[in-house]
Amino acid sequence: MNFENEFSLKFKALSCNEGFARMAVSVFLLPYDTYSDIMNDIKTAVSEAVTNSIIHGYEGMEGYVYIRCGVKDNVVYIEVSDNGCGIDDIKKAMEPLYTSKPSEERSGLGFTVMESFMDSVEVESTKNKGTRVFMSKSLLR
Amino acid sequence: MDYKVIQDCLIVKPNGEIDSHYADILKKEIENAALRLDIRNIIFDFSNVDFMDSSGIGLVVGRYKYTSAMGGITAAACISDRLMKLMTLSGLLKIIPACKTVEEAITKTKRGGKNEL
Repeated sequence: MNFENEFSLKFKALSCNEGFARMAVSVFLLPYDTYSDIMNDIKTAVSEAVTNSIIHGYEGMEGYVYIRCGVKDNVVYIEVSDNGCGIDDIKKAMEPLYTSKPSEERSGLGFTVMESFMDSVEVESTKNKGTRVFMSKSLLR
Repeated sequence: MDYKVIQDCLIVKPNGEIDSHYADILKKEIENAALRLDIRNIIFDFSNVDFMDSSGIGLVVGRYKYTSAMGGITAAACISDRLMKLMTLSGLLKIIPACKTVEEAITKTKRGGKNEL
């Protein structure tokens, strides 16, 4: 897509970078002067997607998480991707409360939050190649 | 994180943004404090939390399981509108009481988390 404005980010898959990732997106969106609750929804969705890449995609292994974020006609498009292990069954992974790591206090709500807080969420994944999450949300009410 | 003990309640007051990174730190700190101190209930004071993702829900549910095993309750106090959206969506408030103040939550612990009839 031909965005009016966009940025890309590559960072190490470390949980301490989750705050950096969602702040980068929210600071980028500041000039669009959107509502604080819309901004909070976007930050939450980014945090969920990045956490999934770090915890599930790489499972503690070294790697990078990529964010591409663009705006067109007051809609923000965010792509979060990794080169991690991929998702076996996307449909199952997206079910509310499903977690592949029940022993680690994961709520199993990552995709549910993304779907509830954003206008659209699409997931592509290839086993041992990685996962790509596309999300969009209108910055207007 | 700040914490204090009032009667048999551990009052936990996280500061800042609860994501999986901070949730892991909080979990360890709360577990250590709960084991060291003689408590039965855990009350989260969310007044200094301005962001939370689903990792925070996992954290609270984990503590709920812990206090349930002790015969106590876990409660959440001072939840902002921002956090309330996530808490409602997650269904968390069906299993733990949401209180306006920490004092109200302490009162709840004495009734085992049940509302008055």
